[in-house]
Amino acid sequence: MIAELGHFALILALVLAVVQSVLPFWGAMTDDRRLIAVAGPAAVTQFLLVGLSFAALVHAYIVSDFSVLNVVENSHSQKPLLYKITGTWGNHEGSMLLWVLILALFGAMVAAFGRNLPDRLKALVLAVQAWIASAFLLFVLLTSNPFIRLNPAPIEGNDLNPVLQDIGLAVHPPLLYLGYVGCSIAFAFAIAALIDGRIDAAWARWVRPWTLAAWMFLTLGIAMGSYWAYYELGWGGFWFWDPVENASLMPWLAATALLHSAIVMEKREALKIWTVLLAILAFSLSLLGTFLVRSGVLTSVHTFASDPTRGVFILAILCVFIGGGLSLFAFRATRLAPGGVFAPISREGALILNNLFLTVLAAVVLTGTLYPLVLEALTGARISVGAPFFNLIFIPLAVPLLIIVPFGPMLAWKRGDLRAASERLFAAFGAAILAAAVSAWLAGMDDVLALFGVALAFWLIVGALSELAFRVKLGRAPVAESFRRLAGMPRSAFGTTLAHAGVGVTVLGLVAATTWASEDILTMKAGDTVEVASRTLKLDGFQQRAGPNYAETVARFTVYDGGAAVAVMEPSKRNFAARQTMTTEAAITTFGLSQLYISLGDITPESAVTVRVFWKPLVTLIWLGAVVMAIGGILSLSDRRLRVGAPKPARRTVAAPAE
Amino acid sequence: MRIVVALLLLLLSLAPVHAVAPDEVLDDPALETRARALSAGLRCMVCQNQSIDDSDAPLARDLRILLRERLVAGDSDEEVIAFLVDRYGEFILLRPQFNLKTALLWLAPAILLVVGAIIAFGVFRRRRPVAVSGLSGDEEAELQRILSDGKNG
Repeated sequence: MIAELGHFALILALVLAVVQSVLPFWGAMTDDRRLIAVAGPAAVTQFLLVGLSFAALVHAYIVSDFSVLNVVENSHSQKPLLYKITGTWGNHEGSMLLWVLILALFGAMVAAFGRNLPDRLKALVLAVQAWIASAFLLFVLLTSNPFIRLNPAPIEGNDLNPVLQDIGLAVHPPLLYLGYVGCSIAFAFAIAALIDGRIDAAWARWVRPWTLAAWMFLTLGIAMGSYWAYYELGWGGFWFWDPVENASLMPWLAATALLHSAIVMEKREALKIWTVLLAILAFSLSLLGTFLVRSGVLTSVHTFASDPTRGVFILAILCVFIGGGLSLFAFRATRLAPGGVFAPISREGALILNNLFLTVLAAVVLTGTLYPLVLEALTGARISVGAPFFNLIFIPLAVPLLIIVPFGPMLAWKRGDLRAASERLFAAFGAAILAAAVSAWLAGMDDVLALFGVALAFWLIVGALSELAFRVKLGRAPVAESFRRLAGMPRSAFGTTLAHAGVGVTVLGLVAATTWASEDILTMKAGDTVEVASRTLKLDGFQQRAGPNYAETVARFTVYDGGAAVAVMEPSKRNFAARQTMTTEAAITTFGLSQLYISLGDITPESAVTVRVFWKPLVTLIWLGAVVMAIGGILSLSDRRLRVGAPKPARRTVAAPAE
Repeated sequence: MRIVVALLLLLLSLAPVHAVAPDEVLDDPALETRARALSAGLRCMVCQNQSIDDSDAPLARDLRILLRERLVAGDSDEEVIAFLVDRYGEFILLRPQFNLKTALLWLAPAILLVVGAIIAFGVFRRRRPVAVSGLSGDEEAELQRILSDGKNG
């Protein structure tokens, strides 16, 4: 009954989405206030209906309703409650429903928080948002319905893939979807502006918080996914240039570019056309990501052909929105008047360089990801494009971008002084040289590129802080004066500093963990010891344990540092009976910012075990850097100046005499 | 994010073994380092985007052992690669060779960067501020008059 309720709510949501697609749009075209007023309530109700539908599915999972096919295929009555809930979106149908739920959530938020938006723009934005919602609701209902019943109902379900039975599934997909789908708001604003044929600095101010929020969620989602893969997959890697990862990296790069070009547009009314294009591209790449992951096209072109309905349906959605968006852009973009003038050496100039590199980086990931698919489809030739290719192309393109990052905020708008900016970055340059020298002293000169990487990381971190120091006149004014200035700084200034410093932190983690990591592969028996990074690791013995829905063999290790036991590590191998699968649970202990990582291989009948021990220096910085970036985003978002709709009062006074 | 990979991995490794097992490791550290570097660039062809260095699949193990045999036999890195490509096709290379089929892949970044730079340069030229001395004395006075009019009116 509850499943039917969910199903029905989803159909109602589709009907409402179609209404929201048409009426407000028509109202905006004909200036009909009553039709325009439909948009807000429709968006909120649509969210409530999809929410109800999603809740019904979660309920089916919690009570293990095995008359629902989706629950049978992905759940098990013995599974812990948390994984029953997260299992709701640990499969195709459920994750698409989550996607639609988040889309509806963003629509409802625009309706709720967009009180200061002009009614007409809001109606257009919500109408475009509803076009997307209609397409995806139709997709869920026609090809991926999670509410299909099964008769007779089996007694037990097939269980969730054990790799997914992890807290990571609770956090990673929702975060990533918040990021993907958040890009739809910028897209809707761009399409609305193109339909309207009018765009100004206020538009950028409205779009920026949504883009910032989407970017923040994408940043956290990608970092979380990377850490999850790192500890769950058991071979110590954190980024694999896997097409599925690339699918999330592309929108991130585009959203980062959009975030920066929207600043130029907001402050200087320049780069309007480009910003609109980026808004369309960022969401297009999000849709592409959804398509790549959800259609099965990645595994092979052939799987795509064997189960075409879903793939073709998403491909159609993709063509309509990307093609439609870009065509509209081509027809209408010329109507958007270009804005302010500036010299090449200026804040605008630096931000254009930023956009150039970020866009090319996104394009590199795009071509690398799609090239093998297209080549195989066209010629039948099979090639692989993997990590060695991406590292070779991506890193040399990312380095110049990272080098110019600290210059950007130091340059003035319109016309900057490169020499003055360089002088202000003297401390950052010194810190970079010093850091490289210290690393060379500690680790040797073997890897010059790594030393350069360390220098780059410190250049970014200290460079970001230098900007703050410059703005508070640190050292050039009395300390009290600097403090007063610091307190008076807008939060978005701290946001920029933290976000840029966070990039440096991540770079440092990446360089250290890839260059100075150690790896030992060996066979150990109880009582054996191994030396890792000046610590001694002793295998104490094995133990059998029973989990809620698995049985595990645990190897117990004690870590000794200078004779004293400092940690106990228990990597294990789990056997999930329901799916007849084994998983490897790595044991990770953090020492400062570095990590010791143990993962188990086969256990022989003689009680010897294959062990892989990694020492990953500064590895946690990779993800901490992303957290720092996201905190920067939150600070910026909380800046009062950025809150949606500051210009409304001015509009009202202008409009008043007419009535 | 790596759901697909994980699924495939599981399918392929019902009895999981470790990527590089201790019995595979060569006695000569220099050769072993070369073997590891080479195998990181070779695809495990039954896996989803995984190198044979990372993969648990039996095929990956066979390839790792084969590769080490060739190295022990005295092959150079290039010879090993040529041998494997000859046997398994270009698909095994995670970094594709530069040829007619992959020219666009390799050249795309450079082309995009150049095209983008040209467009950016165009933007700079169009947007360059007009010299400050663009107004004559009369025009300045006219401007002042209009501005003050605007304020009063």
